[in-house]
Amino acid sequence: MTLHVAAAELALEPAPLLSVDGVSRFYGDRIGCADVSFDLWPGEVLGIVGESGSGKSTLLRCLAGIDKPDAGEVLFRGGTEPLDIYSVSEQERRRLMRTAWGIVHQNPRDGLRMDVTAGGNVGERLMDRGDRHYGQIRERALDWLQRVEIAGARMDDRPRQFSGGMQQRLQIARVLVSEPRLVFMDEPTGGLDVSVQARLLDLLRVLVRDLGLAAIIVTHDLAVARLLTDRLMVMKDGRVVEQGLTDQVLDDPHQAYTQLLTSAVLSV
Amino acid sequence: MTIHRMPADDIKPAYNYAYLDEQTKRMIRRALLKAVAVPGYQVPFGSREMPLARGWGTGGIQITAAIIGPADTLKVIDQGADDTTNAVSIRRFFERTADAHTCEATDEATIIQTRHRIPEAPLKPGQVMVYQVPTPEPLRRLEPREAETRKMHAWAEYGLMQVKLYEDIARYGEITKTYDYPVMVNGRYVMAPSPIPKFDNPKMHMSPSLQLFGAGREKRIYALPPYTSVKSLDFEDHPFRIQSWTQPCGLCGAADSYLDEVVIDDQGGRMFVCSDSHYCETRRAEGHRGTMLGDAAASGLVEETTP
Repeated sequence: MTLHVAAAELALEPAPLLSVDGVSRFYGDRIGCADVSFDLWPGEVLGIVGESGSGKSTLLRCLAGIDKPDAGEVLFRGGTEPLDIYSVSEQERRRLMRTAWGIVHQNPRDGLRMDVTAGGNVGERLMDRGDRHYGQIRERALDWLQRVEIAGARMDDRPRQFSGGMQQRLQIARVLVSEPRLVFMDEPTGGLDVSVQARLLDLLRVLVRDLGLAAIIVTHDLAVARLLTDRLMVMKDGRVVEQGLTDQVLDDPHQAYTQLLTSAVLSV
Repeated sequence: MTIHRMPADDIKPAYNYAYLDEQTKRMIRRALLKAVAVPGYQVPFGSREMPLARGWGTGGIQITAAIIGPADTLKVIDQGADDTTNAVSIRRFFERTADAHTCEATDEATIIQTRHRIPEAPLKPGQVMVYQVPTPEPLRRLEPREAETRKMHAWAEYGLMQVKLYEDIARYGEITKTYDYPVMVNGRYVMAPSPIPKFDNPKMHMSPSLQLFGAGREKRIYALPPYTSVKSLDFEDHPFRIQSWTQPCGLCGAADSYLDEVVIDDQGGRMFVCSDSHYCETRRAEGHRGTMLGDAAASGLVEETTP
């Protein structure tokens, strides 16, 4: 087999998918998150950990284009040119949010339409981008439901008839159907019991690896972080106190706070 | 307490021509011009209190009042009929306040104010359709936030409308919306065509007449200029279809018109008649006879005309 590599591709410097520079968000006098900078590379999974109120979700909202940060910039490299997501028009930003990236919310009610069937929920992004063939939309929705282990027979049921774990998986299917390059997840396993968590984590791991997705996962669960993420950022009081490879950070924490955090984990 | 007496028909109350004051008419005409310039876009306007309950056609009446002149002939239909209470009242309102000529014949009218129907007889250039609209926002049931629906219109984000149609097919096997069926205007704006049956949607496409839509309670005006493309939303493999009936009109035998089902006794008997009363009468005058015309004439429901 010969290897075909386009000349342009060789010349192309590998570039981060998302570059975050000095992002800060304040709520009045209080700090939401302050001066966060990092690069996210294609196919990489970054975890953000920290205790409740440490600014994890605030940071995620800033990165995902929901909340405009008070300072700093977020560059997204969807095509060749990096795009400052807060300097483009709201229209363009909404388009990106619907196509190039996806958000999995902690509470499935925030990410799903509860009175629309599972198939409709998954198909919405396809219809958003202009698909107008019912049979094809349904076929793709069915395919994605099965990939997240929801039986095809439940396709015409509404999410409120689903269990919490199924709702969460449905939310993931709804986001991934448009083949985004970047996925934001806010506590994807929050509120699920441990066996359901384990299956969801397995599923996420497979999907992330198969699709080559870049993902940013916010969690307070260090076990989730260890299973899913390549790199870890530890936050405290709105600031990043330590970052590095996941195993490195968890096994050999340098900062006092990280040491406290890792030693606080219960082991059975 | 003073007892107010209704003025007799021959005494003119001290109202301006066509009831509304001239400043209000100018405001409405400005909104109309903008609406015509941007087909399907909902233009806000300062809706006035009319001597009629909101929801009974105040939007349509205000548009008619703003465009009517002494040379106009007005036809008003409600549910397709010229002789229902609301149609008669609105016609009389303009006879009294605007000295309007009124008629029931579609081809004689210059302004046709309507609720629920577009006349069966084809419209001509120069005629103006005025629709009374209860809910101008086609996305309202899907997205309750007004700020959000405006953004969706501004950026043509109409995926959600398609989700609604998808849901209908997934649950019932077909798109179940039969009236106020959403349309795409001029390839740009999704528009609610007021509660006309979807049977009438194709009549709006490339219509030679000017079509104006007024929603009094919701304070919105929108319009279709003549010869504008109006496409009913659908899926490629579930194309838009209009209603059809198993039998023709019982009075005039028409097979191409929109039919109302009328229960005629308590034994389960029913008949189908044209909802457009003028169209039905015209056809009967031309000698068309439906299977139930004899019975209906015998019981005094309609006059049997002999050509």
